Amino acid sequence: MKRYSAFAIAREATRYHQGWERAWASPDPKKRYDAIIIGAGGHGLASAYYLGKNFGITNVAVIEKGWLGGGNTGRNTTIIRSNYLQDPSAAIYEKARSLYETMSQDLNYNVMFSPRGVIMLAQTHHEVRGYQRTAHANALQGVTTEWINSARVKELCPIMNIEGPRYPVLGGLWQARGGTARHDAVAWGYARACSDMGMDILQKCEVTGVMSEGGKVKGVATSRGDILCDKLGIVVAGNSGHVAEMAGFRLPLESVALQALVSEPIKPCMDIVVMANTVHGYLSQSDKGEMVIGGGTDSYNNYTQRGSFHHVEETVRALIETFPILSRLKMLRQWGGIVDVTGDRSPILSKTPLEGCFINCGWGTGGFKAIPGSGWGFAELMAKGYSPLTSEFGLDRFKEGRFIDESVAAGVAH
Amino acid sequence: MLILQCPYCGINADETELAAGGQAHIKRETVGSDDNAFEDYLFRRVNPKGVHFERWRHANGCGKWFHAARCTMTLEVFGTYKAQTFEPPQNIKDAISAKRPGWKWGDFS
Repeated sequence: MKRYSAFAIAREATRYHQGWERAWASPDPKKRYDAIIIGAGGHGLASAYYLGKNFGITNVAVIEKGWLGGGNTGRNTTIIRSNYLQDPSAAIYEKARSLYETMSQDLNYNVMFSPRGVIMLAQTHHEVRGYQRTAHANALQGVTTEWINSARVKELCPIMNIEGPRYPVLGGLWQARGGTARHDAVAWGYARACSDMGMDILQKCEVTGVMSEGGKVKGVATSRGDILCDKLGIVVAGNSGHVAEMAGFRLPLESVALQALVSEPIKPCMDIVVMANTVHGYLSQSDKGEMVIGGGTDSYNNYTQRGSFHHVEETVRALIETFPILSRLKMLRQWGGIVDVTGDRSPILSKTPLEGCFINCGWGTGGFKAIPGSGWGFAELMAKGYSPLTSEFGLDRFKEGRFIDESVAAGVAH
Repeated sequence: MLILQCPYCGINADETELAAGGQAHIKRETVGSDDNAFEDYLFRRVNPKGVHFERWRHANGCGKWFHAARCTMTLEVFGTYKAQTFEPPQNIKDAISAKRPGWKWGDFS
């Protein structure tokens, strides 16, 4: 792989940019791999990358039915933060956030990580108490966050109306080292690095069945033929229930649509990320100038990658009280992604009833921020059978009642 | 927007008038059931790509609970029926079979 650098740009500039290589190869499937990851989104590619980088397992295929990064990785609002209440969540999300800081150097691919700071607004007294509690918990967990008052919120984000009659801003939980990153670049960067290690990324290859023998996984049947493997990782977000059914087990999660929208581009007016969980809206400004708005989930099962219009209306209606500047903006695009939500709003990174088959799912409405941490932990789990990062996120926690209850900590949107 | 007909008051209700109640026909476990059965009952869901049975409440209307048969891939509604039943009525099953031959959902087909 030729490295990307300022020198490379200068070199290519002298020869009409004809020397750039393809970022990743598109090989035909081999008969057998040491490990197969189903799903070439952020989490799947990160899992494959750390299998190679941390454990030297490079005879790996990442199988994708569409194109890589074409699911929720390409649909989210790119927010990165780690201000969670529960210890296991804080550990994995903080690991992810810290890996994002050096990801561009690590992958030699500019993921445009922008640690611009994230505020979670407190707009009810319940939220004030909740976020103060989270700030204390974060201090004990070694995650740098602070509780700030409404005057400081206004200073950080001057376009905000903090004295709205219905949703006044009472303060916020501020994580200065949170921010955003270019979501596609994260998938592309990992894909390029995986391909460079000799892994096969098989796009347009749909898994149609999971083959097993004596309770142990043997391989997968795909639209491009049967492929054998020793270990299988299922990392397919909204389709987790569907693929788990093929592998012969059922999961404690349901798939719903989560939607987002962007406005027409405007001049820079907001250089932080604001999340308003009371009204299920979150807002940031992209580098192109579009205001990126994340909304709430629909309340019923759905695989259509569309969201309900009334949720758009509810989100926008509430946000324009806090951000009056938005009221005259036209919305440019609206889209939905299918997220897999568990009962306790925490992910599942676990062994499964099928030996050799592992699952990484349940990231629900907040998976993008966790991509590197999830890949790091899941690779360790697949390689060694145990990872301290993922040990609390097992499938058996539901039966045993050891929930990691972030639905209380983070509200609905996260 | 999803529109369901309430089988009690007959109104075609928009989804803003309704409250989703999750998967229908869940078998309740009780004293004497083992841990696995309880886990199934409390947490594991069918979550199908395709035919699905759900509970809905006509919250901003007559207030009654009912059931709906719906496709999660196309948002097509096969029909709604009253909640006082352990399984979907035959006319609903027939309506699904006409459009999705060979469908299967939990113990029903």
